[in-house]
Amino acid sequence: MDDIAHSLAMIVGEAYFSNQPEEAYFYARDPGLMPPHKPDYVVVPKSVEEIQEIARLASREKIPLVPMGAGLALTGLTIPLKGGIVMDMKRMNRILKVNEKARHVIVEGGTSQGLLKAYLEKNYPRLRHSMPDSPATATIAANVMIHGQGRLTQQYGFNSDMISGLEVVLASGEVCKIGSCSMSPDWFSKGAPMPDLTGLFLGWFGATGIITKVAVKLYPKKKMRDVEIFITDREDLVPDMVYELTHTEMVEDINIFAQPKPMIFKDNHHIAIFITGDTDEELEFKRKMTWYSLDRFIKSKDGGFMGVPPVMKPTLLEMPQRSVSRFADVKKGGGFEYSGPIIMVEKYPECAHKIVELAEKYDLGYSGMARIIGRSHAMMYGFAFTFNRADPDMMDRTRKALHEVSEFALEAGGVFWKATVDEQKMAMEKMDPNTLGIMKMIKENLDPNGIMNPGNWEVI
Amino acid sequence: MKYADIVHRCFRCGYCKFTSDYTDFNCPTYRKFRFETYSPGGRMWLIRAWLNGEIKNSDRFQEILFSCATCANCVEHCVFTFSEDLVNIFISAREEMVNDGIIPPPVRDYLKNININGNPYKEPASERGKWAEGTLVETYKDQEYLFYIGCVGSYDERGKKIARAVGNLLVKAGLSIGILGDKENCDGNEVRTLGEAGLFQFLAEKNIALFRDLGVKKIITLDPHAFNTFKKDYPALDGEFEVYHYTQILAPLIQSGKIPLKGLNDKITYHDPCYLGRHNGEYNAPRKILKAIPGIELVEMDRSRENAFCCGGGGGNFFTDILGGGEDSPSRIRVREALDTGAGIIAVACPQCAKMLDDAVKIEQLDDRLKVMDVAEIVTNCLL
Ligand SMILES: Cc1cc2nc3c(=O)[nH]c(=O)nc-3n(C[C@H](O)[C@H](O)[C@H](O)COP(=O)(O)OP(=O)(O)OC[C@H]3O[C@@H](n4cnc5c(N)ncnc54)[C@H](O)[C@@H]3O)c2cc1C
Ligand code: SF4
Ligand code: SF4
Repeated sequence: MDDIAHSLAMIVGEAYFSNQPEEAYFYARDPGLMPPHKPDYVVVPKSVEEIQEIARLASREKIPLVPMGAGLALTGLTIPLKGGIVMDMKRMNRILKVNEKARHVIVEGGTSQGLLKAYLEKNYPRLRHSMPDSPATATIAANVMIHGQGRLTQQYGFNSDMISGLEVVLASGEVCKIGSCSMSPDWFSKGAPMPDLTGLFLGWFGATGIITKVAVKLYPKKKMRDVEIFITDREDLVPDMVYELTHTEMVEDINIFAQPKPMIFKDNHHIAIFITGDTDEELEFKRKMTWYSLDRFIKSKDGGFMGVPPVMKPTLLEMPQRSVSRFADVKKGGGFEYSGPIIMVEKYPECAHKIVELAEKYDLGYSGMARIIGRSHAMMYGFAFTFNRADPDMMDRTRKALHEVSEFALEAGGVFWKATVDEQKMAMEKMDPNTLGIMKMIKENLDPNGIMNPGNWEVI
Repeated sequence: MKYADIVHRCFRCGYCKFTSDYTDFNCPTYRKFRFETYSPGGRMWLIRAWLNGEIKNSDRFQEILFSCATCANCVEHCVFTFSEDLVNIFISAREEMVNDGIIPPPVRDYLKNININGNPYKEPASERGKWAEGTLVETYKDQEYLFYIGCVGSYDERGKKIARAVGNLLVKAGLSIGILGDKENCDGNEVRTLGEAGLFQFLAEKNIALFRDLGVKKIITLDPHAFNTFKKDYPALDGEFEVYHYTQILAPLIQSGKIPLKGLNDKITYHDPCYLGRHNGEYNAPRKILKAIPGIELVEMDRSRENAFCCGGGGGNFFTDILGGGEDSPSRIRVREALDTGAGIIAVACPQCAKMLDDAVKIEQLDDRLKVMDVAEIVTNCLL
């Protein structure tokens, strides 16, 4: 064992250290389409102190350090582009503290979405967090790191807007508290009314620090939840429909999906409208308000509510929606990847056209999936293509289609979400130079040796 | 390799690692080792890499594959249509490794001992039926049921006690049962899961021939592992028998009052054995028995039934101990979970689980707070 291997094994314990070909193979890749690159070491730490020691070692020896949650971002963000250490965070998965009345929870940096959901259901049935539809093993810290979106995003914004504090280990090994917790025992604000420093870390893909704790805001969990689906074949009217729906302020979440299969779905846009209530009256009132809000589109025969079949309801209502993952096996090939630019809702028609155009051009299975962010403030439009992992040609076609999505998104005024390395470069080329300058200052100061998830957000 | 056309279909989404409500990671190897490589998805990706020549059959690869407890949590929770085949895929990969002769030494020793001695304990066949001495259980002649014990119940001290308890109860209930004694052979379930398909076929065919010669029609097994292979694998080799786990026979007898019982003032939690529960869907029979005992408070662990956490003994690990050891060994996690329910007794219905959990209770130094008892032992204590 070399010296670095020995030191890492001493820090985390031999059982949680590996420089074996099996881990090197697995952690070199994610489920998406980016080319693999092997790590030299994989560690699975248990404590903040261990992470501090690993960061100090990595800084001293100038070895790359790549934090990983579940590796489900799909865009290659946990692939160690320059080798070094991959740090699997999922052993740090304790739920540390719930403040019921202040509605927040503090969790460790590798805690999964699924674990928090189960914990709240058991111990705090009146509280919930904004659950994304990523598989349940995806981690909360990584999700806010990449500015994910969840069930409450239409109401409260990106999941990263719903945090109330961070603890971060810097490249130097120092531990840094961000938000009210920096001067108070209570984690109720991520910044305000002081300078909000979370921006030094969030969106950086671990290139400026490692989140070891995150406080997530919790929200009232109503006793009942239901879903309605409004169908239209007028994609040009979808932005107006969303505008009306968001005006009601009655809706939990709005997702829009369009896909070619089954046949009855083809050429239609399905607006899934989720509503919640503590009583039948509350639920029915909200249901009626959503109906009224779309009334004019029904009258003009531009759409209508479909009776959601009883078999479909549980699929739509479950959190996370497992059916989203199943999309990976449509071609019996275990793969899908999506590019999900954050873009104005008014661009919905263009996005909807583009995905069909690309699917036809590259002969791919597709699903267009949009989630509304805020009260129509923006949306994530997911250009999802499914591919067969055993078919290199199909994988290549999917890569090409996704590249075209990136170009389209930028052209249409969108911003890349969980940007691939290539997209990061495209973004930085287009970005205001002064903005880029600030990013450079931040990166150089927080990571002077360039060891933190190198290759990502490298400002040249 | 069989299933080679499926392995690329794993998405690495990780649903297979969890319980259905995400309470905890529920793949015992992932829970212990914590590298993704030891999860079901990790195994799928590594098997594919191995078949493609991207990694070699190393000591670690063997540990990764042979630590799988074949507990079928992944089968239960994988969201894809190939989920049914996950354990079969892992067993097929083991078969390839066995065929190549590159397997972990404890696996090799286990298979060798079965081949030479017909049991993993290197004991003579003449010792097999000794557990029954002093009981009313007779040798099989033409009784209605063959009572099949298996290696653990026949040779392991803990297993033997359970065999005696079950045997006595069945006789007491008036059932016509007989055992094979020194004629009994290994059922082969673990041989099969460890990937020695040839030896398994040999054992199964030998057993089937013996059962047929003796005119056996109905079998009651002590061990869920034997229950599983008799029910699921023997029919393909022309071995069709009516197979029951002993709890399935006892449950109606106890519920109907045919075995009268006195009350017991205990709080009990029941641990579902994977080969009775997830593999064969029998969750109720043992619970019905426990619930029929007056005074017993049956409490469930957070993970039970389809979501039960494996004791770590399945897939041959009971004998090879590749998955055991350390604070996060599945059996130790499981007894801590049982303790959290406030129960004083963990009820089991499998001699392998009994021994695994018994050892874990001792290592965790919980002897004074937690007792591991087979359902049959609990019933025996309540006999009037
Ligand atoms: C089927 C499917 C559905 C999805 N649906 C959604 C959805 O509805 N909403 C949504 O937001 N996303 C969704 N995603 C995308 C993604 O899976 C999630 O955003 C998920 O939360 C990512 O978490 P992870 O733990 O897998 O992150 P990873 O991929 O492991 O990490 C993401 C980034 O964060 C960094 N990182 C990880 N942990 C830390 C840490 N502790 N400190 C610092 N940096 C860290 C990594 O280096 C990487 O750059 C979906 C993905 C799939 C496959
Ligand atoms: S059978 Fe059990 S131990 Fe084996 S991979 Fe599946 S869940 Fe893990
Ligand atoms: S085995 Fe199934 S559930 Fe597990 S990672 Fe693979 S596809 Fe997902």
